Amino acid sequence: MSAAIELDNVCCDFDKFRAVDHVTVSIQPGEFFSFLGPSGCGKTTILRMISGFTEPTEGIIRIGGKDMKGQRANQRPTALIFQNLALFPLMTIWENIAFGLEVRGVDKAKRRARAEELLALVDLHGAADKMVSQLSGGQKQRVAIARALAVEPSVMLLDEPLSALDLKLRQHMRAELRAIQKRTGVTFIYITHDQGEALAMSDRVGVMSQGKLQQVANPRDIYNRPANGFVASFVGENNIFTGKVKNTSAGMAGFETPVGTFEARFAGKKSDPDLKLYVRPEHTVLSAKAKTQNSVPVTIGDVAFEGSFMVVSASSENGTLLTAELRNDGLATVPARGTKMHMSFDAANAAILPDTSLAGA
Amino acid sequence: MQHLLRRYGTTLTWVCIGLTFFWLVILVLLPNFTMLESSFRPYLAKVDEGGPLDFYSMGNYMKVLGNNVDFTVFGYVFQVPVRLKVFFLTIVYSALVTVITFVMAYPLAYYLAKIVSPKSLPTLFLLLFVPLWVSEILRSFAWWIILAFKGPLNALLMSLGIIDTEIRWIAGFSPVVIGLVYTYVLFMVFPLYNSMQSLDTNQIEAAEDLGSPWWRTHWRVILPHAKPGIASGAVMVFMLSAGSLLVPSLLGSTTSGWFTQTIQGIMLDSQDWNAGAAFAFMLLLACTLFVSLMMRVFGVKLSDIAK
Repeated sequence: MSAAIELDNVCCDFDKFRAVDHVTVSIQPGEFFSFLGPSGCGKTTILRMISGFTEPTEGIIRIGGKDMKGQRANQRPTALIFQNLALFPLMTIWENIAFGLEVRGVDKAKRRARAEELLALVDLHGAADKMVSQLSGGQKQRVAIARALAVEPSVMLLDEPLSALDLKLRQHMRAELRAIQKRTGVTFIYITHDQGEALAMSDRVGVMSQGKLQQVANPRDIYNRPANGFVASFVGENNIFTGKVKNTSAGMAGFETPVGTFEARFAGKKSDPDLKLYVRPEHTVLSAKAKTQNSVPVTIGDVAFEGSFMVVSASSENGTLLTAELRNDGLATVPARGTKMHMSFDAANAAILPDTSLAGA
Repeated sequence: MQHLLRRYGTTLTWVCIGLTFFWLVILVLLPNFTMLESSFRPYLAKVDEGGPLDFYSMGNYMKVLGNNVDFTVFGYVFQVPVRLKVFFLTIVYSALVTVITFVMAYPLAYYLAKIVSPKSLPTLFLLLFVPLWVSEILRSFAWWIILAFKGPLNALLMSLGIIDTEIRWIAGFSPVVIGLVYTYVLFMVFPLYNSMQSLDTNQIEAAEDLGSPWWRTHWRVILPHAKPGIASGAVMVFMLSAGSLLVPSLLGSTTSGWFTQTIQGIMLDSQDWNAGAAFAFMLLLACTLFVSLMMRVFGVKLSDIAK
């Protein structure tokens, strides 16, 4: 079966600025795929190119195996959910939902019936005759989804649709979106700068920076096996050590830093530029005695108690700030400020990666 | 009131209220009221004013009747009082002017509001405004020259081979309609531009994304949103056209009477200010009724226009 969406070496230039730089990715039918990246990384441009509002400068976009070149937005089998939803305020809810059917010449009774069906699908019974302004943020969200589903798109494109909602509603809508996607089997392409959203909902995530696709993988690999320094630091927190690779052996390497030499995973070459060591705070352990491997003597600084976990800041002997995240199991004692301890981590949880944020700047 | 006093102080508050009062009462209400009052009184010699002949009646209003002429509508010939015929045609052609300005202004306003890049907007606005710097008289005269029998328009059309003999453009209502459209088209463009500009571009894209062809996007999304702008533009153009004296006087022909010309004739030629006042009020009333009727038909509220 051919991919639902294929981007083949797609570039997009705005005057001299290259917004999207040779992006190649193929998204499978029924997949929930997220493009994750900071604002201005080109993810919205990708969405607009897929939906047909922007033409790529180079490269080919295929939907269901068909080249989309020259096809306007109203000819493509995609439905876009805008960041501000863009519901039609002068139409009732059911007219909004049935607009796509009205365009296709479906008669009024059938349109109304289909709108009611879709309202039921998104759990919004009895709202058919209301106006858009009478609905809450979450309800508008559902109407926008129903309106997009009404045209039975093969691909649904979502441009940060949850960003305007408050935290509780956002978390609820995440689950809801995921459920609707599974129920309908439509391919979802989701754009977000919120890593939590991307990791929690997606089958696969594409992390973008400066127009380039940095890594495409499932959420677990994005988090646990980041391809480079940008992905590692954009998705989640890190302790970063600067230094250089000393010796390599079978996917591992010794990394020499001013505070000691550490063992860590390493897939590159010794001569790669800007290599740094990345360790997640929750993968570190604080202990009174030094461990045999990957241990740094530190002085405890501030402790932020977050409820389910604690964030302990500590400084190493040369002043580098490090953080450890400790799970609150109810028994753990909070280390006191100024205590001398040792921070250690497992070699399998540490990675030596090229710091691409430096190369790009 | 308390709020105004606290905000602007006593002096400034009273100055503002005083000026508003002066404008409203002395410059608007009082003259209109005097006109209204005199419209019910007969036109008398100075000595008879206040005498037994000076009483209120509808006599002046009745002067619109009488002097029947033929009036042909779709082949049917009616006998209609000449002034009523002029009155009726003024309303009809003003409505036509309104429709033509709308048809011309809509694409222009849409282009300005949604298509053109904001960088070139000031230049385009300037180009639109430049003709307004020339007085209405000169602009009407310019059209009179353009449309003349041996004028540039006929010369151009003949040199292009589109016509063989000159067309007499200045005949009937056509030159008046052309002149009024040209004079008042901007009063349609700007309200339309304002209302379209406030439309979220995402809505246009959303409609397109759902498969809508351009005309349906206009019909279902852009036009309904622009309705208040259309209404205020239409009211302005209609009222200004029906009340215009200059353009029909300059560009009119023997076969195009405008009701304002009738009023002018009675007021200045016959010196019958009372009948003139009565006719002016009839025009005002008829225009107001027509506009309210149209607003009812198109479902526009007065509060929409005030936006």
